[in-house]
This record gives sequence, C-alpha cells and structure tokens, in this order.
Amino acid sequence: MKYIDEFRDGDSARRIAAKIAAEVRPDTSYSFMEFCGGHTHAISRYGITGMLPPNVRMIHGPGCPVCVLPIGRIDLAISLALDRGVMICTYGDTMRVPASDSLSLIKAKARGADIRMVYSAHDALTLAEQHPDREVVFLAIGFETTTPPTALVLRDAKARDVRNFSVLCCHVLTPSAITHILESAEVRQLGTVPIDGFIGPAHVSIVIGSQPYEHFAEEYRKPVVITGFEPLDVMQGILMLVRQVNAGRAVVENEFSRAVTPEGNLAAQKLVSQVFELRESFEWRGLGEVPYSALKIRPEFAAWDAERKFELHYTSVPDHKQCECGAILRGVKRPADCKLFGTVCTPESPMGSCMVSNEGACAAHYSYGRFRDVARVDIAQAAITSIAK
Amino acid sequence: MSIKKNYLRPIDFKHGHIDMTHGAGGRASAQLIDELFARAFDNAYLRQGHDGALLPLPSEGRLVMAVDGHVISPLFFPGGDIGCLSVHGTVNDVAMSGAKPLYLAASFIIEEGFPLADLKRIVDSMAAAALEAGVPIVTGDTKVVEKGKGDGVFISTTGVGIAPPGLCIDGRSARVGDAILVSGTLGEHGVAVMSLRESLAFDTAIESDTAALHTLVQSMLQALPNPSDLHVLRDPTRGGLATTLNEITRQSQVGMMVDEAAIPVLPQVDAACELLGLDPLYVANEGKLIAICAPEVADTLLSAMRAHPLGQGAQRIGTVIEDSHCFVQMNTKFGGRRVVDWLSGEQLPRIC
Repeated sequence: MKYIDEFRDGDSARRIAAKIAAEVRPDTSYSFMEFCGGHTHAISRYGITGMLPPNVRMIHGPGCPVCVLPIGRIDLAISLALDRGVMICTYGDTMRVPASDSLSLIKAKARGADIRMVYSAHDALTLAEQHPDREVVFLAIGFETTTPPTALVLRDAKARDVRNFSVLCCHVLTPSAITHILESAEVRQLGTVPIDGFIGPAHVSIVIGSQPYEHFAEEYRKPVVITGFEPLDVMQGILMLVRQVNAGRAVVENEFSRAVTPEGNLAAQKLVSQVFELRESFEWRGLGEVPYSALKIRPEFAAWDAERKFELHYTSVPDHKQCECGAILRGVKRPADCKLFGTVCTPESPMGSCMVSNEGACAAHYSYGRFRDVARVDIAQAAITSIAK
Repeated sequence: MSIKKNYLRPIDFKHGHIDMTHGAGGRASAQLIDELFARAFDNAYLRQGHDGALLPLPSEGRLVMAVDGHVISPLFFPGGDIGCLSVHGTVNDVAMSGAKPLYLAASFIIEEGFPLADLKRIVDSMAAAALEAGVPIVTGDTKVVEKGKGDGVFISTTGVGIAPPGLCIDGRSARVGDAILVSGTLGEHGVAVMSLRESLAFDTAIESDTAALHTLVQSMLQALPNPSDLHVLRDPTRGGLATTLNEITRQSQVGMMVDEAAIPVLPQVDAACELLGLDPLYVANEGKLIAICAPEVADTLLSAMRAHPLGQGAQRIGTVIEDSHCFVQMNTKFGGRRVVDWLSGEQLPRIC
C-alpha cells in the first residue's frame, strides 16, 4: 500500500534500530514516555519493544481517551439511556468501558438501553434528525483530535435548530495532562518515574501545533519529539530522543513534519474556541482532578449541552481498590505489576480502563506483548527450581 | 358454469410479500413449498415429501454432522448472498474433518413482509450452490415470524457427511514441528460485507470469497501417501485467522510461530482494513482453510492446494512450537515479535 508500506519497512527499521543500539550509552538508562495511545498501539503491534536496547524503556502514557474517562461520566450516560429513555451515540471503544454496578454501555444496551455506535459525530446528529421524537445524546470523548468534529456538529445542530440533539462533552486536553504527570504530588511523592523525554502526540499536534510543547522542554528540561503513528516514525522519534539526551539538550523537535506545523490547524482551533471553553477542573481516570484539563460547551450552545439540558450532576466513583490503572497511566507501574492484570482483568472483562481500548497500556500489552512476561516468569521459576535442587 | 378443480393462483414472485399464512402450515405454506423450495432444491430424497428424509447408509466410515446458523446482514453482498453462504458454511464445517459432505437440511425463519422476489433470489442461489457442490438439500422447514421479530431471513443448515475410516483430522492433533498452511488470501468476506454497512458504506471491488471447500480437501487428502499426515483443518470464519489459530493452540496445547510476511492478504483488503482500523488477521473468511500437517509433507500439500482453483494462493505461514502458555506469536514484517491474541469483543456483528 503506497504511502503506508514505506513507513513500515523492515529494512529501514533494522537500520534505525542499529543506530539506536550504537548511540545509546551503556551506562545510561533512557526512559521515554509516549503520551498517545496511538504510539502505544504501534509499539506493541509492530513489536518495537523487542527491537530496542534493554536500557531504553518506553513508558505508556495516559493518551488514550477511553482509558482516562472516569466511571462517573459513563454512569451519567448510562442513566440517561436507562432511566430517561435517551438514545446515546458514541465511538466504539467507549461501549466497553466499565462503569458502576458492573455495567458498561454495551451491558446497558443488553438491558434495553438504546446505545448506538457511531463512526463520526455527524452520524449522531443524523440519527437525531431521523428520530425527531427521541432525545439523542452524543457522548463526546477524545483529545484535541476529536474535538473539532464535535464542535462542527454542535454548530450544525444550532444552525439547523435540531432541538432533540445534545452533546455530553468529555473532551480533554493534552498539554495539561503532561504537566500534571510532571508535577503531580503523587508522582513526585513516589518519585519513581524518571521520564527522560516525551514522544509527542501525532494527530493531536496536527491540530494544536508544536508550540504548546515548548513549555515542557524549557520549564522541565525534557526533550519532546513530535512523532507520527507509523512504526518507523516511532523508531526515528526514539533515536532523536536518544540524541537529545546524549547531547544534554531539551528542545521540541518535529519528526512528524509531513503533517505538523508550529501553529497547527488554525481553522480547527478557531472553531473549537467558538463552541467550547475551558473547564475549571475535570476528573481523569487514574490522574484524579486535573485543573483546566478539559473543555465544556459555551453558554451560547446551552440548548445542545446535555449536562445543562438534563441537569446532570457529576459524582466521582473510585476505581476498584486493586486496580493499578492510575499508577500505570502515570508510568509509575507496568501492566504486569498489577495483580488484576491477566487474571480477573482481561480485554474480555476489563476491570480497569487501560484494558478496554487497544490503545490502552494494559490491553496493548495483553494482546501483543505478554509473552515477554512469560519469559520473565519462566526465568524466575527456573531460578527457583535450580535453587531448590 | 364450470368449476376449475384445484386451482391456486400462482405466487406472485415479482411483487408479493411473505405473510403469516406462509408459515401457518395451511394451503399457503404448502404452495410456497411446492412453488419455491421443492422446485428449486428438487432431488429424489426431497420428493419423498416426508418431514424426515430417508437416506441410504454408507457402508463404512464415520458420520460427520455439523450445523450452522446464518444471520448475515446485509443479505446480499458482493460475491454472494445468505443463500449460497448457508450452503458453503455447512459444507465446509463437514469437510474440515476430512469428510465428504453428502446431505444438507435447511431451516428458514422469515420475517413477515419479506419480499418474495428476494426470497426467490436467495433460494435459487442456495439451490445453485448445492448443485455445484453436489450436496443435495434433502429436507427443510419454513417458519414465519411477525414483522419486527426477525431481520428478513435467517437460514440454519445442517450437513451430514462421511469420513473415511481411520482418518483423524481435528483441532487437538497439531504437533510440535508441524507446518501451518493457508489456502489463500485472507479477509475478503469480512471487508466485502463491511463495505455495505449503512454507517460505513464505501466503494470497493472486493468480493466475498464464499465457496465450498470440500473438493479442495479431497484433493489434499488424495495427494498424501498417508492422509494421516494431515493433522488439522479449519476454516477461519468469524474471528479470522488469528482466532482460529488460537483455538487450535488451545485444543492441541501447543504454541505457534507465524511469519507476517508470508500471510497472503490482497492489497485492497489491506487498504480497507487500514482505513477502518481493522486487522486483516481478525477479519472473516468463507472460502479459505488452514491446514496443519507433518513438516515433511508440507510441500506436497502446498502443490496440491495450488493445483486446485480454490487453493491457488496457498502459503506456508508458520510452524507449531512447544509452548505451555499456548501463545500464537508472530514475527512482524517490521522486524519485531508480538502475540497474535484471540479476538476480543466484537469486530463486526452478523458477518455470517
């Protein structure tokens, strides 16, 4: 496939892998966080972890929109559907996010709730127009990449005066989450997440540009390389981070220059700011309340804001006690460190949100990488057996 | 005035619709059976007119029986329809034990209001598929459910076949060192069906690969001096290659190592999957099989497969390895290694 195969070429990958291996210093450890779930997925699906030297470690960040959606938000949608007969439309992965009372949207559907999976925000508006006698709510999730399409349907709904349509807005912002990871008391307290650099978002950066990251590079002395989602992009991004660390530099570099500009997509940014404004605070699953980390719908669009229209009140719901999603999302723990991982928490019956989407750290590791844990367990067992002998 | 004896106005297959009387067991039911099903499927066993068909007992071997319910949406898709699919699906299920399929039974659950023209098209396609496969439909049943209680038509088919004595092809028989072969390119059926879904509709020239594989299986068995060297046969339908390989590793308590570069996928299927965020390894097939055999006969088997019209794209894709964790692992084209896990959740509902 043209323009795809070129970015997945095995020979080029081996060449970059050889460069990384040659340039890392044996006495230095390199821990890089890839913020986005898209990178997590690429790293797992193409087996990139196995192509890196042992002292280069990739930490999976919180950039999976489904993973950071708190239980309380899903509960709001479920109660709208089950108790008030609302048709809920949302993106596929959201259907399986575990909520309170062992429910999820897909389980609520089996109990008679009208839940529709849509491929675009626009499909939800179309459904509302096709069912004028029903209240239709689009459960909008995602980072800056999915925000402009939601802004567009809100604008269209207002222009066409579609009164039975509204949006339950759960859009979140990337830069504030990165700051939170670098600054949060918990992370500082645990003090065990030595992030040496960031693989910066691909699609998010197309919208917001590369400028918003300058702050981290400067303020926290962390290199950032904005990187595409193809596996060769990721390898090249890692090489660029290794070079920055080796040179003691901390700047924003753009590997994904074929799509990302410094200022981003100005038309999209303008549209988003016309429809949305900053939320003072928003709960992220695993990160807790993060100030100014999400968007809400502007008062001009109140009639299409499900929170106002249905007078919804958010209640925070804690995760399962043993669920380590929070620590995993902050990079403090690895999936296999969680007691629930692979036992009661699997992609079939996810307990924590990282196990839901294939961009989640746990699901990606479970689906693509868990044979590596086996090697660890087997070596440990072999050691125990040899000691016993 | 003369009275016409036994006159029945012929069924209007152009403009008519199924109504509740067609499933009530009365005259309308009988007429539908006579004018549509019996005429299309005609064979000596069906002509007996019993609810149960009386069939001759083969002199040796073991009976193989399989049942498959078909609920695909949409009913008509590029390369086929629910009719031929319901024949191919069950013929293949019987054939995957190395058996020769002999007879089929079909049960129709039709929704009130379903256009007779569509029903006729489906039944004719089924009849043509059965004729081509050489497996007669010897008995059947028709029920009608109220509008809104079904979705057009559901077809369940049961197949009976005979497996030669001594042959033991099943999912528990994969052994360490065995070669893993596929009969051709993967993912066409799933992508063809998906291209018509209302929320996804996209233009594509990809057609479903739906086909009856029993003659391919017979040529494979004939090519082997010792047919017992063929250990496992499976058609990778729902859940695709990945899910089928995982089923086999679990049943046989082995692991597998497959080579991504060797797995045949049409570029247009690859492109569609890329666009839709799917992995072709998990997309359904209806005319492909996976064969696991002793390594020394792999080349013989591959040549036999490639000599058959339905196995021209056959490839060796991997090897059975020892692994108490029963992982299917894959060397990626990119140069890494990863697990190929079970399909989790639902990639696409009602694909067959």
